[in-house]
Order: sequence, then C-alpha cells, then structure tokens
Amino acid sequence: MTRRYHEGMTEVAPARVLDARKLRADFPVFLDDSHGKPLAYLDSANSSQKPDQVLGAMREFYEHSYANVHRAVYELGALATEGYEGAREKVRALINASSTRECIFVRNGTEGLNLVAYAWGLDNLGPGDVAVTTELEHHSNFVPWQFIANRTGAEFAVIPIDDNGELVLESLTEIERRGRVKLVTSALISNTLGTINPVSDLAAWAHERDAIMVVDACQAVPNRPIDVQELGCDFLAFTGHKMLAPTGIGVLWGRQEILRRMSPFELGGSMIRNVTAEKTTWADLPAKFEAGTPPIGEAFGLGQAIDYLNAAGLDAIDHHERGLTEYAMGRLAELPYVRVFGPPADRRGGIISFEVEDVHPHDVAQVLDSEGIAVRAGHHCTQPIMDHYGVTATTRASFYLYTLQEEIDRLVEGLARVRRTFA
Amino acid sequence: MSDDFYRELILDHYKNPRRHGTLDPCDARAEGQNPLCGDEVTVMVNFNGGDTIQDVRFEGRGCAISQAATSMLMEMVEGKAAAEVAGMPTQELLDELGIPLTPIRLKCALLGLGVLKVALHRSKGTPLPEEWAGLDELDIS
Repeated sequence: MTRRYHEGMTEVAPARVLDARKLRADFPVFLDDSHGKPLAYLDSANSSQKPDQVLGAMREFYEHSYANVHRAVYELGALATEGYEGAREKVRALINASSTRECIFVRNGTEGLNLVAYAWGLDNLGPGDVAVTTELEHHSNFVPWQFIANRTGAEFAVIPIDDNGELVLESLTEIERRGRVKLVTSALISNTLGTINPVSDLAAWAHERDAIMVVDACQAVPNRPIDVQELGCDFLAFTGHKMLAPTGIGVLWGRQEILRRMSPFELGGSMIRNVTAEKTTWADLPAKFEAGTPPIGEAFGLGQAIDYLNAAGLDAIDHHERGLTEYAMGRLAELPYVRVFGPPADRRGGIISFEVEDVHPHDVAQVLDSEGIAVRAGHHCTQPIMDHYGVTATTRASFYLYTLQEEIDRLVEGLARVRRTFA
Repeated sequence: MSDDFYRELILDHYKNPRRHGTLDPCDARAEGQNPLCGDEVTVMVNFNGGDTIQDVRFEGRGCAISQAATSMLMEMVEGKAAAEVAGMPTQELLDELGIPLTPIRLKCALLGLGVLKVALHRSKGTPLPEEWAGLDELDIS
C-alpha cells in the first residue's frame, strides 16, 4: 500500500520571505465571499483556517491508512500508528523537545493545562504553598489553578498587569512573602492584548525557588519558532486548531523527570501496563497520559500543519505578523474614536484588542461582518483583563500567515462606517 | 445582514430609549444578563392594583440590539394585561425589530422580554417564558 499524502497538491515553497497572497491560494475558505465581499478573516487568534495540504492529507489518511493505533497488528494498523507517532516526532522537532516521550497529545490547550493542574497540582500543592498565575491569562490557565489551589488549600496569587497590559514583575516580591512558591504559570503571548511575556525570566525566577514553570503557548507556537530548552520552562501547552490543524488535538510538553513522578490524569485503556483487581501499574510515557483512543486523524492533520508551517517558515510568519501589527497599530491610531488596549507594536504578537467609543463590541463586529470582515467581540475568555480596563468586552483583530495589509485597510474603513452608523 | 441592520428605528431606540429609568416602589422587578455580550437589563412594573401593566421602566447597558429591543418592548406592553404579555410570542418582538438575527444576536434581542416575563411571573404567577429553551447562557435573577 502506498501513501500519497501530497500527491496532486501544491508544495509550499520553503521561501524565507512570506508571500501571503500566494499562500492564500491553499486555503479553500478564501474562495467563498462573505456578504458578497472577499472574506477578511481577522480572527486567527480564535481559530485559524485550514489549507488544502492539511485537509487533503487527512482525507487520504482516513481513506488509505486508517485504523486504531497501538493495537492493530494488520497493515492498516501499522500505517495509522506510523502516522500518529510520526506526528509526535514532528511536534518534538517543532519545539525542540529532547524526546517524543515528553510530547503528549491532548484535546486542546485547555486539556493540556488541566492535565498539569490536576495530575501535578493535586499531589504537589498544599497549605503554605503558592501557585502564581497572571492577570493576563486565558481562563484556561487561570481557573484550573484557582480551583486546584482551593482544593488543596494552597494560595492562589495573580501577577497584575499595568495599563500597557504588561506584567508588573515587582509584585513577585510581595507574592513570595505569602508562602512557598511551587508553581509559576504564564501565557507566552496574551490572547487578548498580544503582550509577549518574559517567560524565560519567570522560569528562572521559579527555578530559583524550586518551583515549576508552566507556559501556555497557544498564541505563540502557530506563528514563531519556539524552543522549550531556550524558554527554560517545565511544561508547555498549545492547541492545533490555531496552527492550521483540525480541532480536537493539542499538545502538552513536559519534562520527563516530572512527568514520570506524576500520577495519571485520565484512566482507562492504553495508559496501563498491567491491571489486576489488587493493583494497576501505568504505561510508559507518553501513553501514561493518553487514555482511550486518541485523536488519530487529528494528530495526523497536526503533523501536516507543522510541515506546512515549516515550509512557509516560522521565522517568516513571525516577520510577516510583526509588519502587519505595526501597520495596523499605525492605522488604528489615525482613528480618534478607537482606543487600543495593550503594549506598543514592538512588544506584542499579531493581536489587537480595541474599543470604538460609545459602541458595544458586538455592534462593531456586526457592522464589520456586513463588510466581510471577521473579528472577535467579547471578553476573549479573559474577564480579569476586562475588569482591569473597566470594560465588559473588546473587539479583537488578529493576523496570520494569510493576512493581507489591504485587509487592515478594510478594517479601518469598516470602523469609520461603524462610527458613522452610531454617531 | 444588509445596510439597514442598524436601521433608523433601532438606532433611535438605542440612543433615546423609551420608558428608561426606575420605578420606586414597584410591584414587580427582575434583572438579567447575557454574559456573552455583557448585556444587562432590569425591568420594573407597576399594576396599580389591577392585572394590567400601568407603568413599566427599564435600565440596562449593553449592545444596541439588546437595549433597543427592550425599549421597543416597553412601548409594546404598556396597557396590556400581565397574562397577555406572559403569553406574547417572541416573534412579535422580533417582527417589531424587523431584522434577521443570528442565534447569538437573538439572545441579545430577547433578553428584555425574558426579564419582563420573569417579573410578571413573580408578581402575577404567569407562566415562565417558553423562549428559555436554547437560551441557557442568559442569567436571569
């Protein structure tokens, strides 16, 4: 049986300068109009669109290589296992993990973070301990720690942000006085404000106190080179659907020595070594943390997405987004009725949250939608940030490798129309 | 959605809400939120001894659709019997709005009506809103 994952599909040129217009041809969604206008999809921080290379390869996989993994002895089972484990190796290389044993497939970023909160937190936190998160976090890296701290009697501490949306690191002095710091966690890039956090510094600070460092990298892995050794963290979670892969697949990377000492998270098939009525022993990593039939086709899709991103060049994607962000910040500054939240362009990722004076973000998004422009409106699962700025919601535009500068011009024109409608 | 999604009538109700304010004291009161948008609406009703809505007021903040729809609703229900309003089909209000709504925006449009029906239920024992099904995200207290 031959596998033809790429047959008949455009190969992505491994150019270091990104040609967004050329890449767009790989994304079927851009063939469709939105309200009779070309779609300006400015919501990739929410979820990315999918290229033919991923969709086609997944179809091929399901058509020609599909079976359950790790148990079928026949040829199809071997092909499926090869595809699934091949994706794990691509993940390992993507983030420079030392071993595929450290790369656990989960459902999404949320599940990865919950895995650490439960499997590490329940056994390692207690009265007198402090779990430190930040005011910037997505609820998925805030609520689990708050919950587990409550369950274990540990202190839950939050590093506040300043009005630029950047962490006030001086607060660590006071936080440290509250007890033994056992865990520090932070997003690498804020999903709402785009703030790039000093994760390596936080990791060093945590390690000086024998604490572990957990990083939510959902907004960073899709658009820039990431190296877990360089970051110096102990866990790193990210999701597939923001990086061209399907929904239902994410990754938790963790250091082997910590993962080995941890209790399992979910229990059942595939994660055991031996089961008797008296005692059950656990499988080796990473199987210990992958109970049940995993997302096989989704993992394969993630592997293809990683190939696509590598071919486009993660450094090129990063460069492209920086250019767009700087341009968009400049254009938005031309509109006196628009207030942008968060840090300056050179200290943020391709994410811009803003408000239009006296217009609710849902109304902003609705008017923009009629112009074919898709933006997110809401609290972005970051209510503590909304509280910080005294708003209930913001409008958010976010960029990716297929975003064109002219779409930012359309956004600016659309905002002028919002203003006219509600003036 | 077309150019007239935010048609004049809706924008007028949003910018100049009718029956906006408080009734103190009042015979019935309820409030609700739509956490998705952050819409908030509080409705107050006076019956002056009968079963007819003699006076109704609302307060709130949120998107144009939620506030305009509640404002329109206030004009529609004043002078009507509590039972009649409790049984009012949601479509009647949606017709008044006269714009196509996606399921997400439907929650905005129907927030005020739901809150009013809860207020009537509390004071007059009328049935609770049938439109609650599918609107789980609404948080009415």
